[in-house]
Amino acid sequence: MYPSAFGYYRAASVQEAVALLGEHPDAKLLAGGHSLIPAMKLRLATPSALVDLGSVAELRGIRQQGETIVIGAMTPHREIEYSTELAKTCPILPEAAAVIGDPLVRNRGTIGGSLAHADPAADFPACVLALGGTLTIQGTAGGRTVEAADFFQDMFATALQPGEVLTEIQVPARQPGVGMAYEKFAHPASRYAIVGVAAVVRMNRSVCEEARVAMTGATSKPTRLTKLEAALAGKPLDEATLKATCVNVVSPDGLLGDHTASATFRAHLTDVFAKRALQRAAERSTSR
Amino acid sequence: MADTVAITLTVNGVERQADVEPRTLLVHFLREALGLTGTHVGCDTSQCGACAVSVGGVVVKSCTLLAVQADRAEVTTIEGLARDGQLDPVQQAFWDVHALQCGFCTPGMVMATHELLAHSPQPTDAEIRHGLEGNYCRCTGYHNIVRAVRLAAEKLAERESTAAAG
Amino acid sequence: MEQYFGKAVKRVEDPRFLTGSGQYTDDLSLPRMAHVAMVRTPFAHARIRRIDTAQALEHPGVVAVITGQALRDANIGSIPPGWLLPDIKTPPHYAIAVDRVRHAGEIVAAVIAESRAIAEDAALLVDVEYEMLPAVSLGSAALASGAPAVHDEAIENVCFRWSIGDQAAVDAEFDRAAKTVKLSLRNSRLAPNAIEPRASLAQYVRASDELTLWTTSQNPHIHRLILAAFVLGIPEHKLRVISPDVGGGFGSKIFQYPEEVIVLYAARKLNRPVKWTARRTESFVSDSHGRDHESEAELAADDEGHVLALRVKTIANLGAYLTLFGPVVPTYLYGTLMNGPYRFRAIHCAVTGVFTHTAPVDALRGAGRPEATYLLERMMDRMAQELGQDPAELRRKNFIQPDAFPYQTPVALVYDSGNYEPALDKALTTLDYKRAREAQAALRKEGRYLGIGFSTYLEACGLAPSSLVGSLGAQAGQWESALVRVMPTGKVEVFTGAHSHGQGHETAFAQIVADDLQIPMDDVVIVHGDTAKVPFGWGSYGSRSAAVGASALKMALNKIRDKAAGIAAHLLEAAPEDVEMTGGQLHVKGVPERGKSFSDIALQAHLAHNLPEGMEPGLEATHFYDPKNFVYPFGTHVAVVEVDPETGRVTLQRYVAVDDCGPLINPMIAEGQVHGGIAHGVGQALLEHALYDEQGQFVAGSFLEYAMPRADDLPLFEIDHTVTPSPHNPLGVKGIGETGTIASTAAVANAVIDALGPFGITHLDMPFTAENVWRAIQGGKKAVA
Repeated sequence: MYPSAFGYYRAASVQEAVALLGEHPDAKLLAGGHSLIPAMKLRLATPSALVDLGSVAELRGIRQQGETIVIGAMTPHREIEYSTELAKTCPILPEAAAVIGDPLVRNRGTIGGSLAHADPAADFPACVLALGGTLTIQGTAGGRTVEAADFFQDMFATALQPGEVLTEIQVPARQPGVGMAYEKFAHPASRYAIVGVAAVVRMNRSVCEEARVAMTGATSKPTRLTKLEAALAGKPLDEATLKATCVNVVSPDGLLGDHTASATFRAHLTDVFAKRALQRAAERSTSR
Repeated sequence: MADTVAITLTVNGVERQADVEPRTLLVHFLREALGLTGTHVGCDTSQCGACAVSVGGVVVKSCTLLAVQADRAEVTTIEGLARDGQLDPVQQAFWDVHALQCGFCTPGMVMATHELLAHSPQPTDAEIRHGLEGNYCRCTGYHNIVRAVRLAAEKLAERESTAAAG
Repeated sequence: MEQYFGKAVKRVEDPRFLTGSGQYTDDLSLPRMAHVAMVRTPFAHARIRRIDTAQALEHPGVVAVITGQALRDANIGSIPPGWLLPDIKTPPHYAIAVDRVRHAGEIVAAVIAESRAIAEDAALLVDVEYEMLPAVSLGSAALASGAPAVHDEAIENVCFRWSIGDQAAVDAEFDRAAKTVKLSLRNSRLAPNAIEPRASLAQYVRASDELTLWTTSQNPHIHRLILAAFVLGIPEHKLRVISPDVGGGFGSKIFQYPEEVIVLYAARKLNRPVKWTARRTESFVSDSHGRDHESEAELAADDEGHVLALRVKTIANLGAYLTLFGPVVPTYLYGTLMNGPYRFRAIHCAVTGVFTHTAPVDALRGAGRPEATYLLERMMDRMAQELGQDPAELRRKNFIQPDAFPYQTPVALVYDSGNYEPALDKALTTLDYKRAREAQAALRKEGRYLGIGFSTYLEACGLAPSSLVGSLGAQAGQWESALVRVMPTGKVEVFTGAHSHGQGHETAFAQIVADDLQIPMDDVVIVHGDTAKVPFGWGSYGSRSAAVGASALKMALNKIRDKAAGIAAHLLEAAPEDVEMTGGQLHVKGVPERGKSFSDIALQAHLAHNLPEGMEPGLEATHFYDPKNFVYPFGTHVAVVEVDPETGRVTLQRYVAVDDCGPLINPMIAEGQVHGGIAHGVGQALLEHALYDEQGQFVAGSFLEYAMPRADDLPLFEIDHTVTPSPHNPLGVKGIGETGTIASTAAVANAVIDALGPFGITHLDMPFTAENVWRAIQGGKKAVA
């Protein structure tokens, strides 16, 4: 219940955080702490030092730059959940935020923390991947931008290098004809995703021009369902199409499985939740 | 003894200064250093919600927050809700409809209810149940807790309208 | 005067809980207090080759490291079970393992330090060398030939073989039965998970050689008796046990645990207070678990659906050690309940209690009775399905009729009262059963699968009398005490041997006192949970507080009233039998204007200036109440569920409960008990599973893995009751703390199976998790295809 001892450093700016990470190579970044602190309490993580980003004001907030939504890495889930702005410009993010953990967890947990932690059962990674988001990273050598597809590398592993800080997440603002939805089968205890599917579809009248579908929960990292995406292109997203395409979307081979949900069951749930997410995304594509 | 960090925070309206080990969780700081034992610990994985307190105006799980992270913050615990011996409307509603039995989850439930009603002043039952997702109760089956939240919402609305009229 | 009995009086204990002023064990802190972290084995079964504590002892801030050998050297005894059965094996259960560990989580050393954080740091430095041994976690696997032995003295891991009923009579009934059904059923293992983790704080006062233990206990006197006399080997009066506010028990805080022994030993050894509080992940592997049965059941009926006989064979997994009530839960609290509210000609139930390499299994809310009810009610549904009869009507036609009491069942119990149909009728009306079935049929055509499930349960609680439980193997009595102490000003202190850990005794018991003495409730205080204050009592479990504890109180109050009437008669110069009490005054019948208030009498009793000749001064009475029989609550619970055939997810849509626990002292509190009980039973059916893998590893060891009902897993419950008083206790009351759990698991299970009927599914084991249900549907589809 008590973490092992560590040094504590509070950064006032991104620059300072990067400098502190340089000074303390074994340090971990502390964002909302809702993945890291539980792991430290169970002594599954024993960092020698923490660099706290909690006071870095520049990392928090949601803004729109032209056609792009920029979200600061330290923006709590709750702010995303209740953002009236995002409800219009990128509704999949508030929708996913609302099913992360529980309301009290969402008050502290942050989008940047969630993405950087890269828990295979987290909700935001699949959404950012389906949206085709990019992530901005600062390090001693300056800033760089990484596509979501390249950011997530494996279970708890990302493109972040030692000494780097994830600062911003950019996602495209919703265009007319675009619909998006996140559907999740939550673990009955932890409420992490057993399977979560994020669907972003671009419709032209009732025909799907492009579908981007990403899953979480059953794979070691958020994964695009490319076979399904290809099958949907050029088709109406009606019951018949979805019924025909959302079948054996992924193979159970290599999927995660445990006593709550086996790989076989997760593969089946992927079909079900892909269909449900696509259905709702298609419905929403007509709304303004 | 490991290195300590000096923190200053306001707890239930009183400014507190302390030197804490960085690994001290806020809940342990409140319970052990300040003697505010109304905030409870029911698990070690951030699920049960018995440790819920308000930090900087939002209700959080104090078992998943380092005391150093609450530096310079305003903290309100269950001990800080009643005024002049009068229960606040949420506490009163819990009492009125028997929304507690053993009392252990109660402080967290009351704090979570405040958070819920701050966002949804007139919640549906479904919103109430979703809003209390972060708090376990093993005694009540949540039945009377849901009723208490409804009642608290009414009481708070009455108070608002009285205040507006006055 | 205000009548309190039957009123929904708001609880007097609530303001302290609502303001954070409750005092739970972990809230207590004493000067120079040291803290303990336990070193627990990660292995289910291993020999301890070596324990090296040197590095831990050197860690700054560490005070001591205690091993099992140190306890043995100090002659600290084994923790004994409290119920014995013929030929039972009772291997020792030491607080700290000495040479062999038998379940994951068993303590191998205790590190005591200046702070808990330091203790946890140092616990990681204790170096234990284990020789891993093969383990077995499933009861039936432990009985298989060649299974690893848990205890050398328990051949084939059998702790006991027990049976009840007339086997030959059962065989005869089966021979001539028109219809028989058979099921293999698993009753899943549960972790109790009171939200307050267990905690213990011990203090030693050298001057008087006295130990005080503050601990999370449902029964502090049992703790004192066992820990002092059987474990520590100290005089009972040298140990005081205080159970302060306790955050839920559900059975798990009945037992005497190793951690309690360790803090007591350490406090005396180190001459400083020592505290231990469970982390939740420790609770999962160290609290006693519940249920865990594997059963084969057969039910025989005539061609009209009148049940004839029931045959049950159960393997009860007891875990690695016997804790206090481990042996009685799957025997006398299980086999005797197989009759339910029905007219059986014969029943036979045979139980094999088995040791496995898992945490001990003991009483958990309902304790044996949910297991029996689950089995019986599943069998009734199976029979209804087989005969194509409505499950509610099949039950109705088998009910014992109200004129048949006292009713001798084939499994020892004598029901003294009951009237089962009104509860069923009320439930059907509340549900609007006909319409519910119509809705079910209509929705099925749309591909939606609703299920309606019944549980017309009967339970026996408030175990009694002591002579009976003694003859069945109890190493305890099952009476209860109450001491009523009236002060000179007329204020009343009540000391009860019952213990409240959420049940609201401070309110409900005060209601009884206020009514009887015609004084305001504010003039009454209920004291419980401290062996230094309260006369010996057996505590609260098995829904005994109202039926036994409150009855003891009622009897003590009768003595107070009699004495008060005697004093009043003397002062009023009347005969005691002519004195009555109305409007808070004791007066001669028909002369209410010339009376004495209760506080006047209390003062006179203490002044003793003018008492009847030969009367002792003072106004105080103690009663030890030993009931004549169990009490028999019953009722009908109905669950309505919907199964999502795509995901297998089960949603509880409605829950109707009609219970009969006799007159309600405080209906608000009684209903609250039902709500919580239902949630617990629903949890078992849909979510909870304390699962071990085959190697004895606990796979759901935190709240991240072990699912329990949250607010959004449950609907509002639809609660009602009927009133059939218990004929033998002075209040007519029966227990209500466990009925919800006893009834609800079966009701939900039957509803799920009903929903799955179209897939040809006739049985499925709990918990009905999404995957279990989905897989059954896949299998079922194939079966009907």
